Amino acid sequence: MTELLAPLQSAMGAWWLPVWTIVKVVVIAVPLIIGVAYLTYAERKVIGWMQVRIGPNRVGPLGLLQPFADTLKMLFKEIVVPSGASRGLFFIAPMLSLAPALAAWAVIPFTGTLVLSNINAGLLYLLAMSSLGVYGVIIAGWASNSKYAFLGCLRSAAQIVSYEIAMGFALVGVLMAANSLNLSDIVAGQEGGAAYWYVWPLFPLFVVYLVSGIAETNRHPFDVAEGESEIVAGFHVEYSGIGFALFFLAEYMNMILIAALTSTMFLGGWLSPFPILNEVEVLGVHPFGDGMLWLAVKWAFVLLIFLWIRATFPRYRYDQIMRLGWKVFIPVTLVWIVFIGAMMQTRYAGLFH
Amino acid sequence: MSFQTFTFYAFATILVFAALRVITTRNPVHAALWLVLSFFTAAGIWLLLQAEFLAIALVLVYVGAVMVLFLFVVMMLDVNFDSMRQHFRSYLPVAAAVGILVFFEMALVILGSAVGPVAGAPAAPAGSNTQALGALLYVDYVYPFEIAAVVLLVAIVAAIALTHRKRREMKHQDASAQMRARASERVRLVSMPSEKPPV
Repeated sequence: MTELLAPLQSAMGAWWLPVWTIVKVVVIAVPLIIGVAYLTYAERKVIGWMQVRIGPNRVGPLGLLQPFADTLKMLFKEIVVPSGASRGLFFIAPMLSLAPALAAWAVIPFTGTLVLSNINAGLLYLLAMSSLGVYGVIIAGWASNSKYAFLGCLRSAAQIVSYEIAMGFALVGVLMAANSLNLSDIVAGQEGGAAYWYVWPLFPLFVVYLVSGIAETNRHPFDVAEGESEIVAGFHVEYSGIGFALFFLAEYMNMILIAALTSTMFLGGWLSPFPILNEVEVLGVHPFGDGMLWLAVKWAFVLLIFLWIRATFPRYRYDQIMRLGWKVFIPVTLVWIVFIGAMMQTRYAGLFH
Repeated sequence: MSFQTFTFYAFATILVFAALRVITTRNPVHAALWLVLSFFTAAGIWLLLQAEFLAIALVLVYVGAVMVLFLFVVMMLDVNFDSMRQHFRSYLPVAAAVGILVFFEMALVILGSAVGPVAGAPAAPAGSNTQALGALLYVDYVYPFEIAAVVLLVAIVAAIALTHRKRREMKHQDASAQMRARASERVRLVSMPSEKPPV
């Protein structure tokens, strides 16, 4: 591979690095977008089965082409700009919600060596990127010049800012256990099988992180920002066609991101739960060893939890959401961080690393 | 021109333009958003200096939290532009004096430190930038740091105590009382014959 690319590299000189990076970005982003398309399909199927229905089954075999039919329909719809809207911001908002969702993928490690940018402050970078997503929502709500959109954006912004704190504290626990902000190091710290994953010593933080992740992505049961029965569709009520599709894409991409982060930080990333499987050899390869297979299984599991929760719980009331974030999650994370810090000074420190 | 130089000039141009727009644009929400853009580009320039922790902290704290709350307030205020323009003339002399003073102070600093272009940034410390900063804050200067943290905590408590007094006219839910409620307190199932027996 490297030898094949060498002449190209010398021909482009200083511009090789940016061009090659863009190629790598495309290699990550395109499967991700297809993943989003099939996540919407999986959501409809899974919730369908949970509610004893069939789900989409008309377009293509088993309804497998449904996401593409939906996408095409969105693309061909007219974009309506409401009167009195702030035009420039109205068009920028969907891009601003999608861009951070995509940018965060730069530091996600897929295997020990397969990562776009293996930076030392990876965890901080992720926090920063996920805190930027709120701008798309705020700008969309304000630029639409609509009361429902504005109410939705205020709700959503307050919710995202509050849950970010709990999420940040949950990450502090992880970096205390891993002694590093680098995501690859965090996974490497969980080497040795399922018993060594951080989910066990950091169990309260794991629960807080997962629930805050649902709240951050405005998913059910915390989707008051777009509660249909209260404020129609919230911040994106005025968006049609491709503008709406971009918000949709950003929401699902954030879901996959939360799933990826949860599996990287708490469920051992690409590591196999049973180290003995690394010994299994079929035709010269180790199909069940550490690698993308296990990462995909963990992502799918966390995403299933997302869908499961959506099909199970009724929507939270707004003041209850705020109460849960500020009065339950933040104290829980603070207490657990102090507990971990104290335990690390005792002879049980090994359990927390 | 290397890619790094190109990036620097691109970011610098965006930063200067965004900063100018913050003070020239008429709409306060647009001004706040231009400020967000200038913070973000400043973080980009810090990244070029390999100060990744500071850059990310800038995005996390100022862009991700402070400016969001700022936008919140600005969006909900109904700013009256006419009265703002009337005050402009009366405040102009004071504002001009302060502006000129700030300009001269900054000129002194820049002229005093180095004449001509600033020498290249100092080399990044060995190992991770974050580690070096952590050692400074939590080992070398731990007492000043902790005292600053306590002062901030006192300020937070004071701010909450000032605003969070009990108000009679406000209605709010008591979440714990709601959660303690049981179905038996709210619903009473009555068993009775569905029709009257014929007399």
